[in-house]
Amino acid sequence: MRDRGHYSFLWPAMIVIALALNTPINGSEVPPDRGHGQDAPRHQEEKPDETGFDATPFIMDHIGDSHEWHLFTTPDGKHVSIPLPVIVWTKERGLSIFSSAKLSHSHIHKGYMIPEEGELKGSIVMVDNDGIVIPDKFILDLSVTKTVTAMMVSALILIWLFVTMARSYARYGISPPKGIQGFLEPVVLFIRDDIALPNIGKQKYEQFMPYLLTVFFFILINNLMGLIPIAPGGANVTGNIAVTMVLALFTFFVTQISGNRNYWRHIFNTPGIPFWLKPIMIPVELIGLFSKPFALMVRLFANITAGHIIILSLVSLIFIFGSLVIAPVSVFLVLFMNLLEMLVAFIQAYVFTLLSALFIGLAVQEEH
Amino acid sequence: MIILANSLATPAIGTIFWTTFIFLILMIVLRVFAWKPILSAVKAREESIRSSLEAADEARKDMERLKADNEAIIDEARHERDILMKEARTAKDRLMAEARQQAKTEADKIIVKAREEIEREKRAALTQFREQVVSLSVSIAEKILRNKLSFDNQHEKLINDLLDEADLSKN
Repeated sequence: MRDRGHYSFLWPAMIVIALALNTPINGSEVPPDRGHGQDAPRHQEEKPDETGFDATPFIMDHIGDSHEWHLFTTPDGKHVSIPLPVIVWTKERGLSIFSSAKLSHSHIHKGYMIPEEGELKGSIVMVDNDGIVIPDKFILDLSVTKTVTAMMVSALILIWLFVTMARSYARYGISPPKGIQGFLEPVVLFIRDDIALPNIGKQKYEQFMPYLLTVFFFILINNLMGLIPIAPGGANVTGNIAVTMVLALFTFFVTQISGNRNYWRHIFNTPGIPFWLKPIMIPVELIGLFSKPFALMVRLFANITAGHIIILSLVSLIFIFGSLVIAPVSVFLVLFMNLLEMLVAFIQAYVFTLLSALFIGLAVQEEH
Repeated sequence: MIILANSLATPAIGTIFWTTFIFLILMIVLRVFAWKPILSAVKAREESIRSSLEAADEARKDMERLKADNEAIIDEARHERDILMKEARTAKDRLMAEARQQAKTEADKIIVKAREEIEREKRAALTQFREQVVSLSVSIAEKILRNKLSFDNQHEKLINDLLDEADLSKN
């Protein structure tokens, strides 16, 4: 119930997105640089007439997903990217797996193409033998995209970190924590003592600890990795609605599966209200059931995406103004935003875990 | 622009699939290789700290109990010693009093005996003296009677001589 107020999170985020997208930025030239701004002012000194810089595709490319991982652009305009595996399935052509390098620059491979312009920009489309896009075809795209790759890297980092930590317990037994162990143990204990225990209760918290710990550190590491501008960081993982949706659904299913008789009784036969109100209360409670994970999903997505948009917009200021003078201001503001986003990275991981624990706690609490 | 915003807010099936897959694998791996050992180790440590504290508390209580016991023993010993000393003192006093009493009775007895002896001696002496006086008187009388018959004037001389004799022998 407590999170209903957080719907308001949706609106500022949407406004930020809308502003970033609708700000008319003149010129339609391809940005001379996609993010590695160190070269850009030089570019513009060389070509003083081309002052136009469209921040929107620049920002959208960074916060969106992609079938390749763009690393940098050379001064002569060549994009250097890591090709990623494309996995597509269609009813007509079956399963195809190939490198995304074969689709770069609008190349057609096995009848698939990634348009660089238009409505379907960046997504895989099917083309016929003449290279014409076949519209409205269902394509199951299970490609390992930039977001997925970043997520895998984060998962590997987490496994490395915590397996190392667990090993150090095996080695040193119950002696005081050292190294990584000493750094991570307080966080693990914080999740146990300040999130799981008070919200779920002493009897049942233990079975939910693996989920809460995993979701907390998964969100945290992806938030933090997203703030690192160079690969394998910089991907907008927790600002991807699909990722936050899956995480919210995990909380939803964990909550519903562990929900006891008392929990369902509160939904379908809310105690303590007049009988004629009960039919009205059932839809309200059912909406509440789904609004909770929805709020979780949107909150994380909007916060992280908004942070990325703000930082990228501030970087873009240098190119929009086409002046080195603005750079110190921009750098200072980006630095400030980065620090703020580090705080947000922790807060959002904490809030997601806390609310998950709270919902689980409501589902497992006994009648009192 | 709105289209782009829409694409941003539309979850992609591929990402959903991979996120679910990665997250599940991550959760299982971490659960087995990290969370279980970490949480059980932390629990074991907390348990050991708790039991150590309890043991320390117990030991402290034991020490206090021992100390109290020791003090009680010392107190008892002191008390006993006091009692013994008191007893000894009374015994000594009693013995001394008895000894004194005995000595006194003995002395009294001796004195009484001595007195009786003296008395008896005195009486014997007196008896003896009386007998001597009698025999002397008799002998004097005999001599006087004899001299009276011969020399009158010599009576007095003879009596004096006899008396002198008697005095000397008496002494």
